[in-house]
Amino acid sequence: MIISENSHTATMALLPSFRTIITRFYRPTKPPPQLIFSSLLFPKKLSSLFPLPPKPQPLKPLASTRQETSFVSNRDERLVGLGSVNDGGSIETQSSTSTIAAIVTSLGGPPAAVGIVRLSGPNAVDIAGRVFSPAKKKKGFDSGSGSWKPKSHIVEYGVVLDSQGNVVDEVLAVPMLAPKSYTREDVVELQCHGSEVCLRRVLKACLEAGARLAEPGEFTLRAFLNGRLDLSQAENVGKLISAKSVAAADAALAGMQGGFSTLVRSLRGQCIELLTEIEARLDFEDEMPPLDVNIIMDSIHAMSQDVEHALETANYDKLLQSGLQIAIVGRPNVGKSSLLNAWSKSERAIVTEIAGTTRDVVEASVSVAGVAVTLLDTAGIRETDDIVEKIERSEAVAMGADVIIMTVSAIDGWTLEDTKLVERIRSNMGSASIPMILVINKIDCASSACSDWVNREAKLFSKHVFTCAITGQGIHDLEKSILEIVGLDKIPAGGRRWTVNQRQCEQLMRAKEALVRLKSTIEEELPLDFWTIDLKEAALALGQISGDDISEEILSNIFGKFCIGK
Amino acid sequence: MSILSVHLSRLTRHHFPFSSLLFPSSRPYYHACAPSRRNLRFSVIKRFPFRCICSFPATNSIADRNRNVEVGEEKYDVIVVGGGHAGCEAALASARLGAKTLLLTLNIDRIAWQPCNPAVGGLAKSQLVHEVDALGGEIGKVADRCYLQKRVLNVSRGPAVRALRAQTDKREYAMQMKNVVESTPNLSIREAMVTDILLGKNDNVEGVCTFFGMNFYAPAVILTTGTFMSGKIWVGRTSMPAGRAGESASHGLTENLQRLGFESDRLKTGTPARVDCRTVDFSVLEPQLGDEEVSWFSFDPDFHIEKEQMCCYLTRTTKSTHQLIKDNLHETPTYGGWVEAKGPRYCPSIEDKIVRFQDKESHQIFLEPEGRTVPELYVQGFSTGLPERLQLPLLRTLPGLENCSMLRPAYAVEYDYLPAHQCSRSLMTKKIDGLFFSGQINGTTGYEEAAAQGIISGINAARHSDGKPLIVLERESSYIGTLIDDLVTKDLREPYRMLTSRSEHRLLLRSDNADSRLTPLGREIGLIDDRRWKIYQDKQARISDEKKRLKTVRISGGDLAADVSHFSGQPVKESSTLESLLKKPHIEYKLLDKHGFGNEMLSRTEKECVEIDIKYEGFIIRQRNQLQQMVHQQHRRLPEDLDYYAMTTLSLEAREKLSKVRPQTIGQASRVGGVSPADITALMIILETKRRKAQEVRRHQIRASVMVDTVENLSDTLTEAVEQFRNT
Repeated sequence: MIISENSHTATMALLPSFRTIITRFYRPTKPPPQLIFSSLLFPKKLSSLFPLPPKPQPLKPLASTRQETSFVSNRDERLVGLGSVNDGGSIETQSSTSTIAAIVTSLGGPPAAVGIVRLSGPNAVDIAGRVFSPAKKKKGFDSGSGSWKPKSHIVEYGVVLDSQGNVVDEVLAVPMLAPKSYTREDVVELQCHGSEVCLRRVLKACLEAGARLAEPGEFTLRAFLNGRLDLSQAENVGKLISAKSVAAADAALAGMQGGFSTLVRSLRGQCIELLTEIEARLDFEDEMPPLDVNIIMDSIHAMSQDVEHALETANYDKLLQSGLQIAIVGRPNVGKSSLLNAWSKSERAIVTEIAGTTRDVVEASVSVAGVAVTLLDTAGIRETDDIVEKIERSEAVAMGADVIIMTVSAIDGWTLEDTKLVERIRSNMGSASIPMILVINKIDCASSACSDWVNREAKLFSKHVFTCAITGQGIHDLEKSILEIVGLDKIPAGGRRWTVNQRQCEQLMRAKEALVRLKSTIEEELPLDFWTIDLKEAALALGQISGDDISEEILSNIFGKFCIGK
Repeated sequence: MSILSVHLSRLTRHHFPFSSLLFPSSRPYYHACAPSRRNLRFSVIKRFPFRCICSFPATNSIADRNRNVEVGEEKYDVIVVGGGHAGCEAALASARLGAKTLLLTLNIDRIAWQPCNPAVGGLAKSQLVHEVDALGGEIGKVADRCYLQKRVLNVSRGPAVRALRAQTDKREYAMQMKNVVESTPNLSIREAMVTDILLGKNDNVEGVCTFFGMNFYAPAVILTTGTFMSGKIWVGRTSMPAGRAGESASHGLTENLQRLGFESDRLKTGTPARVDCRTVDFSVLEPQLGDEEVSWFSFDPDFHIEKEQMCCYLTRTTKSTHQLIKDNLHETPTYGGWVEAKGPRYCPSIEDKIVRFQDKESHQIFLEPEGRTVPELYVQGFSTGLPERLQLPLLRTLPGLENCSMLRPAYAVEYDYLPAHQCSRSLMTKKIDGLFFSGQINGTTGYEEAAAQGIISGINAARHSDGKPLIVLERESSYIGTLIDDLVTKDLREPYRMLTSRSEHRLLLRSDNADSRLTPLGREIGLIDDRRWKIYQDKQARISDEKKRLKTVRISGGDLAADVSHFSGQPVKESSTLESLLKKPHIEYKLLDKHGFGNEMLSRTEKECVEIDIKYEGFIIRQRNQLQQMVHQQHRRLPEDLDYYAMTTLSLEAREKLSKVRPQTIGQASRVGGVSPADITALMIILETKRRKAQEVRRHQIRASVMVDTVENLSDTLTEAVEQFRNT
């Protein structure tokens, strides 16, 4: 496929400035649009004083227009109709940019009432449609095709679902369609509850649905690139962003401390070493000894583990930054409130009732081993006739937590209702497993006869703890259990200092997934060349963290390491 | 001007038939050296009578042309300087596109000569050959006609790295290519040494000037000088000016190009000794046979003619080889320190291998026949800079070669090249309109790399002289695109060889789909004729029909299912499609054939295509999506007149490198060494700011021209009305 310079300009005409010109000059009957563009390219036409009709431009441009070039991109006729993706792969119809998402309200401070996740890009509406389910299905939601067709600037109420279809949060969706938006692209803002956990989960759902995490300042960059800002504003933003991006690139490594940066570098080094081994065999067939698959598998396993480890550490780090959310669930009257009170009182925290949409959930903050822990208690749910609503609410709270504390009363023992509640929570969780702790409260009031059912039911939980909320007995055990569950007891002191941000985390995930695919490629005994695809992906992802590129490195490695060539 | 002492011996051996026929009196000594020609030559002349010999250019702008005026100046559309693998492809492509083309070569008898390895293809290079063929080039067809042996390499390592390699009969190869070149309409050949480029007023090329004072005129000139520009060959400490052993170098052109502002540098390459096969003891050597089922470079079945294959042999270096080299290192140019030009890392001399890889006890050496009718054997992997007196003893340390006699000594060659960042990706130079570079002059090695550049420059030169837009193959379109992008973007200082690892998306750039990627383009350009186009379309139709069939035909149980679960180790579900069976590990199309579920209508290669498309569909789609995500950003054009030095937000290194390379797109800019992602962001911001400023200006202009516009509108309507009136 040849894209000629002219039609190339045509695609560029998305730029609003061109658009205004086109609409001014475009007369649908004649001449064809391409000629319009060529007349734009030759400004002489515009100022021509000749009262003659413009002659159609010859399709063959003059030899003197030196830059005139046709660009041939990748196109494989055999791939047309292959799979469902990008039929034909015409680049002209491809969207120019990816769709980005980020939390745009500030994080880190005390939780605000509302936080916003913003999506921007050509697929913003699609992606929002995948995660957002409007409360009133009939409006705007075409149930037949399943696609969300919102009206610009009309707020819709609904819930955000994760990839398993679980409710993540209830939100207001604000669609702002191009060009009437900040970035001049399609923008959807999801107004969520202000807690960081909610925001992160909504963001995660968006990323899973196909959005890419925005770079710092990328919304503004896009606003700028799409002509949203005027020239003086643009120049200022330009300075600001380039200063930032240079700084960001420099800071990419500087910001990371010792352990993490060393780990990433060594992982990347291993990837490149493996790639070197494989690529050398692909490019210099006869001159290399055969590969030892077992050794390769071993090193891939080791690498996967290291990546996992890094991710875990990244999670601890996230905990340190964002704290831990713990939901206390249970039947009424098992002592959830008193547990919360006992716990928070011991830490002299203030129990607050949050007004607004979250008024039914009581939050309390405590600190466990330096980690800020937010207790979410469904105890504060007002009596309501709508039982279903009540259960749904406490479930939603549970789904948003990092750890769930299932409270039962030692007096009542394990009841059918408890079983039902646990089952419901489990089924809602789907594959995402939130660790659950069984707390047997009111232990002071019951005999030791309860050990039977405790032993039976405790198997289904990560831990079980006996407490007495009134006396504060067992709270310390509970804290210990929590620390063990989230792994905070194990991290080396140095590890806690790692500052892994979400972006680095995303790249680690990318590396991890690539390594998982690589393992299955090897296990399926696919040819050697296919191993390089995911290995490269992993190396690229790790390189994104450390800011390195790979291609030349592998080649120099090959030449440096092996005796090859004819 | 020119400083060459012409070798009289060579001059007398060769003759200038066209000139001598037409100008018997103007160059008297031509008479003396124009003995009888073979019949072939005359028939060629008859078929393509000389045209335009006396057409004078309309302007008389070039000063020192006066003395040639009475001779007559020759005018062409395209002039190709050099008749090697780049030159031939360039001249053929240009002539086939209808451009009146002149091929100037130092020696007509050395057209398409293979001075080094008697082989075409190999890893990554075969992709280039297939791609050139898919575009309508010649190298694949000639290699298919002249092969001595063929092998597919990397068979089990994945479809993207599979490669075909052919040993070729060097003399037959040159003969065949020469025949094609000679019998192509629109294409004339002339022996000449080009010493200068003739320039027009606008930094555009107008023609070339030769050593003997001829001017040839054309609006497009392609230089494919190979190793000949100021070439110097070395054996030990002794050197002489030569492009190849026994052939004189070309002098004066480099200096003149430098005068025009081109930067030049020196590269070095080498070729091993040739031994007499009658003196080799093959009984102790490991034979290397060709494939039983022969594969082909060309997608044109008319050229698939099987031949009897010859055998290659494998030997190894021994302790005494290594000792001899270590004892005489000071006698080699590199370690003795008298040649500084850089040689290729992937094609190291035997002394380089032994010095750099001390712990390796032995290196493989291949013995390859150079032809069916000559006794010469090419000793692959054994190039050396040692003096001739040591070369035979060195050869004789190899098992099987203990009593060999050497026919030609190994030698190294140094030559001028013009770092290719001076070209844009169309291979036209940035400085001079209409001047193109291709092949080793751009710093590559290899016939395939040369041919790939040749066909692109040939196409573009013809299009340039015809006023058509030039063609640029984007990096991700092909190995050709990757090759050229690397050449013009990276500041390469060693000979460049194609490698599969240079391609980021090689799974999409396979040999088997070279035709479906590039033949439609070849057709659009005009190099694929109706016959070939039909062959192509029929093939694609068969492949696509077969894929549909495999999707719909289902089997339940039976021998096939049993075999599939046996070989793949996976269970086969009831009512599985053939497609799903083919996707299982270790299951090939052959198994369908074996059980009668294959399609007899398909050729072996077509079945292979079907198999690859189905088996690796997931990977292919994933790579394709990755590619498309980056492509859009990467293809954003950069204006040609950017002042990078003024961009203070770029790093200093980026400013320097970008000013030098002057990339055409954002993607290219990001591949320039020393340019960081932050630089690219900054660059995009600057571009946008510029655009915004320009837009402001334009807005004012448009506002000013509203009046004019209105007038034009009126006149449009008026003319329409008049036309209508006239028609009725």
